[in-house]
Amino acid sequence: MFGKLTIEAFKHEASQNVAVCMMLLSGIGIIGIIFYTKSWKWLWNDWFTSVDPKRIGVMYIITALLMFFKGFADAVMMRLQQALSVGDSHGFISAGHFQEVFSAHGTTMIFFVGMGVVFGLLNLIVPLQIGARDVAFPFLNALGFWLFASACVLSLVSLAVGKFSQAGWLAYPPLSGIEYSPDEGVDYWIWMVQIAGVGSTMSGINFLVTILKMRCPGMTLMKMPIFVWSALCAMVLVIFAFPILTATLYMLTLDRYLGMHFFSAGEGGNPMLYVNLIWAWGHPEVYILILPAFGIFSEVVPTFSEKRLFGYVSMVWALILITFLSFVVWLHHFFTMGAGPNVNAFFGVMTMLIAIPTGVKIFNWLFTKFRGRVHFTSPMLWFFAFVLNFSVGGMTGILLSSPPVDYQVHNSLFLIAHFHGMVIGGMLFGFFSGFTYWFPKITGFFLSETLNRYAFWFWFTGFLLAFMPLYMLGFMGATRRLDHYEASTGWNSIFVVVGIGAAIILCGISVQAYGLFKSIKDRKKNLDITGDPWNGRTLEWSIPSPPPIYNFAITPTVDQLDPLWAIKRGQAPQPQKDYEDIHLPKNTPMGLYIGVLSLIVGFAMTWHILWLAIVCFIAIITCLIIRLSGEDEHDVITAAQVKEMEAASIRRREVV
Amino acid sequence: MKNRIQFVPLMLIFAGIIVIIVLIMQPISVHIFRNNIAVLFPKGIIALQERNLLFIIQALMLLVIIPVYILTFIFSWKYRVNNPKAKYDPDLVDNRLAEYIWWGLPCILTLIVGAITWVETYRLDPLKPIESDKKPMTIQVVALQWKWLFIYPEEKIASLNFVQFPKQIPIHFEITADAPMNSFWIPHLAGQIYAMPKMRTELNLIADVEGDFRGSSANLSGEGFAGMHFIARASSEEDYHHWSESAKKSTKVLSMEEYNKLAAPSENNPAEIYQLKDEQLFNQIIMKYMHPKEK
Amino acid sequence: MNNSLTIHHTPDPYADTRIPDPHQDTFSKTVLGFWMYLMTDCILFAALFTTYAVLHNNTFGGPSSRDLFSLSTSFIETMILLFSSVTCGFGMLSALRNQKYRVVAWFAVAFLLGASFIAMELHEFTHMVQEGNSWTKSAFLSSFFTLVGTHGLHVSVGLLWMTVVMIQVYLCGITVVTFRRIALFSMFWHFLDLVWIFIFTFVYLMGVI
Repeated sequence: MFGKLTIEAFKHEASQNVAVCMMLLSGIGIIGIIFYTKSWKWLWNDWFTSVDPKRIGVMYIITALLMFFKGFADAVMMRLQQALSVGDSHGFISAGHFQEVFSAHGTTMIFFVGMGVVFGLLNLIVPLQIGARDVAFPFLNALGFWLFASACVLSLVSLAVGKFSQAGWLAYPPLSGIEYSPDEGVDYWIWMVQIAGVGSTMSGINFLVTILKMRCPGMTLMKMPIFVWSALCAMVLVIFAFPILTATLYMLTLDRYLGMHFFSAGEGGNPMLYVNLIWAWGHPEVYILILPAFGIFSEVVPTFSEKRLFGYVSMVWALILITFLSFVVWLHHFFTMGAGPNVNAFFGVMTMLIAIPTGVKIFNWLFTKFRGRVHFTSPMLWFFAFVLNFSVGGMTGILLSSPPVDYQVHNSLFLIAHFHGMVIGGMLFGFFSGFTYWFPKITGFFLSETLNRYAFWFWFTGFLLAFMPLYMLGFMGATRRLDHYEASTGWNSIFVVVGIGAAIILCGISVQAYGLFKSIKDRKKNLDITGDPWNGRTLEWSIPSPPPIYNFAITPTVDQLDPLWAIKRGQAPQPQKDYEDIHLPKNTPMGLYIGVLSLIVGFAMTWHILWLAIVCFIAIITCLIIRLSGEDEHDVITAAQVKEMEAASIRRREVV
Repeated sequence: MKNRIQFVPLMLIFAGIIVIIVLIMQPISVHIFRNNIAVLFPKGIIALQERNLLFIIQALMLLVIIPVYILTFIFSWKYRVNNPKAKYDPDLVDNRLAEYIWWGLPCILTLIVGAITWVETYRLDPLKPIESDKKPMTIQVVALQWKWLFIYPEEKIASLNFVQFPKQIPIHFEITADAPMNSFWIPHLAGQIYAMPKMRTELNLIADVEGDFRGSSANLSGEGFAGMHFIARASSEEDYHHWSESAKKSTKVLSMEEYNKLAAPSENNPAEIYQLKDEQLFNQIIMKYMHPKEK
Repeated sequence: MNNSLTIHHTPDPYADTRIPDPHQDTFSKTVLGFWMYLMTDCILFAALFTTYAVLHNNTFGGPSSRDLFSLSTSFIETMILLFSSVTCGFGMLSALRNQKYRVVAWFAVAFLLGASFIAMELHEFTHMVQEGNSWTKSAFLSSFFTLVGTHGLHVSVGLLWMTVVMIQVYLCGITVVTFRRIALFSMFWHFLDLVWIFIFTFVYLMGVI
């Protein structure tokens, strides 16, 4: 009746019990606040059933930030354990728990934080920058979010019920096969990643069609902001790469559930096939994470240098080149698997080629600052840190791309330092830059700039302290994912140093969290009245903050890059048009329902509760048939209502 | 936009100090830990050549990174808003020469680094035997859960979590696993290579000097994976012969049944030496995965 | 790339009047989106084909493709699916002519053909399993059952979708919305036929030669 689920699943080690208690308390706290403020109805009507990408984007980012806290807590546990667990001491968590922690850390950060902030920002900004009122497939977009959210919840459930995977964030077989990992851990991992992956694919299709089909009149592809170009390229990557992940996880599932032999050691299986397939997805995935960050900087740097982006065409071709090349480099993740010099050398050289367009982008950004007027607001601080850290990460990437060097540093902490330089120094700093840049636009009030700066310094120094010494540890022979090591290795003092670095980052995160709360509390005093606080150049700054539900009362017409600048300089008079009726898609709870049902299917399949999985799966199909059999329903905002809403926002601006 | 005039100079100075500190820490930490940095102070020629390649590529990459750092600081300083001495050119969006330089020079650099890498990848192929007038020694390695078994088919001995061989003799490792994927790594002597069930990988290396070198598994293979470290001892020829003779007289015999007991999961096994009953043991372990399991 | 105007109910200035849809750009957007979904499905199958290519000789001492596959059965299945695609095409033509009952009739034929394809495939699978050659026996069999079985799952989902579309057409006639759904469905159905041609060629034909 309950499959493999027994009462044992609720028993954990002491350290895990603490984590579960904290999670439950936070959850109860949040629900309590909602009850106290009586906001269930508002949440339901305005958020949970919304198909407005502006709302969905905010939900993506809030979910991603919550998951970031969990992932960072995992990181702190790891660093604490590694600082303590040397010689006779075995730290404060067991080896098995440690392995669950780093598997959860990687999975959470890549799938839930990384993809969450990428899709969040795409939802919020892409429609605004292309002058559109909506995305191409609003329901599909919402469904993509709810599948993402259900995967996040499943990962939190895995903390409390049973064990999580101990096989790392990519779960290589044979370790992740049924023989070596017979319990529910890898199954949890499979279902949460699979569900999130399907959601990502849906969102990828949505944004690709949105960008190709819904740009405002006059905005040809070569007049789009670079952020939209980076979104376009990232979505191309999503469409080509995520099906590989779906297929590979599918085959691992069949191995584990139906006794198949794709990746087993015996019966003709081939674990190396899994490694190839998963990295054929995995490498494009990291570019999906980084390209939007590049796009963000291409918006932030010109705005705060009061100058056009240098070398627009070059930047576009660099993006396209990176997109294409990212599909022919996957083997550099396993040079040490013994493919032979022919194969290794080819992939090594292809990997080096990607550095060229990436370097070009950095030079173009720097020369955007050349002869500009550079304002060092917090978005620009993050850009500054990005250039310094990402360059080092890229340089070590070239080192890793040379197979003989890689043989000595593969899977060591050198590798960890490299990719954290890319993900934190690149993607996360890019997200922080975009977050602080677009925050006033989306919410209508400012973040505290002072607290932003403090947070920045904590992050900058903390990151360097937590990751630069890891290069040295890698040279000292320290492999990744070790829960214990001998004192004679000499690693301990460095682990203590990087632990301190993690603590400094924790200070940074605390300042950011405090800053967010304080800014929300003080929002009435820090309103963004004009809608254009940074003297922006792209269309999102031409509408009020926060944007009205229809984004643009009158669809803009563009004829050049940086259209808002052109309008401000009087070079692009907008044609006089009357307001017209605006049709917007109706809200629907179907996305949420399907998300919840997917969560139950994932949980039921993990625990082999077959009847529950089948019932909920049939319910999902039913929901889909119902949804896809309806007529296209819309809400209408009449021209008169639009006129009134526009007039009200102009009045608000003139009061101050 | 609020922008305190004093902020930028202070910020750049502070950031600059941090960067300098990080830079200074490199040679300082290399000095502090010089006895433990296997990859930078190798003891075998393969690892040495891998390290030299690292230095060459690093040096070439600095040709790009240093200008990037310098430009970042200079531009941030010179073009800060409120600097009256800076020229402001808001429509400067293109410069053919600049584009040629930063597409072209990295291309050339990549060509050079790529060519070097290509040649070295062939030269440092783990399968490539080491050129030497001495006859190479074959040692077979089996990754188990969670220990390393070393089989010497010619001497008919075996050892657990410990391997010894004479210095300055080319060692030819044949590697497999009876466990999930592992990675065989002795950083002082050479780069790693995966140990996989049903597969046979090879690693050729040579120790230039005597010493005890730490080896480990570099790929997650289960709960006891962190305990999979061993000592690789390069000794003189006589010491090696002493050791292998004592192994031949060991009371422990590694028969197939003993091996099956050994292959069961266990952690932190102490070093052991065995007499080897069957020099085909390694091949039998691989063949295990080619036949249906006996029920 | 035409300058598409904004969303939903603003018609394209260069509307293709052969297609009965005043909501022209919703149609073209949805068709484009569905093409992209088909591309993702294509890559999914490509991954399964790659896996089959890597594993098809790993019979682990058991029977190989030569021993197991019947060209006659798979040829009949190919013909059935081909005719199902053809009848689906005729259904599409009837939809363009606004002939609702003919649409339902052609789709009913396509459904029967598709269902008999599934029945034959299930029979083939059951036969193999009963002989002891199930997917647990070797990597070759795992990859075969998965590649062909996943295609069969797609066809089964297609049959369900076809039923829903037939009911909608029967009840509501050919409208802007139902025409769009007929179009999407027939893209899906033809795509599945295309994938089957590849399966027939690379799995059955090349497996037996």
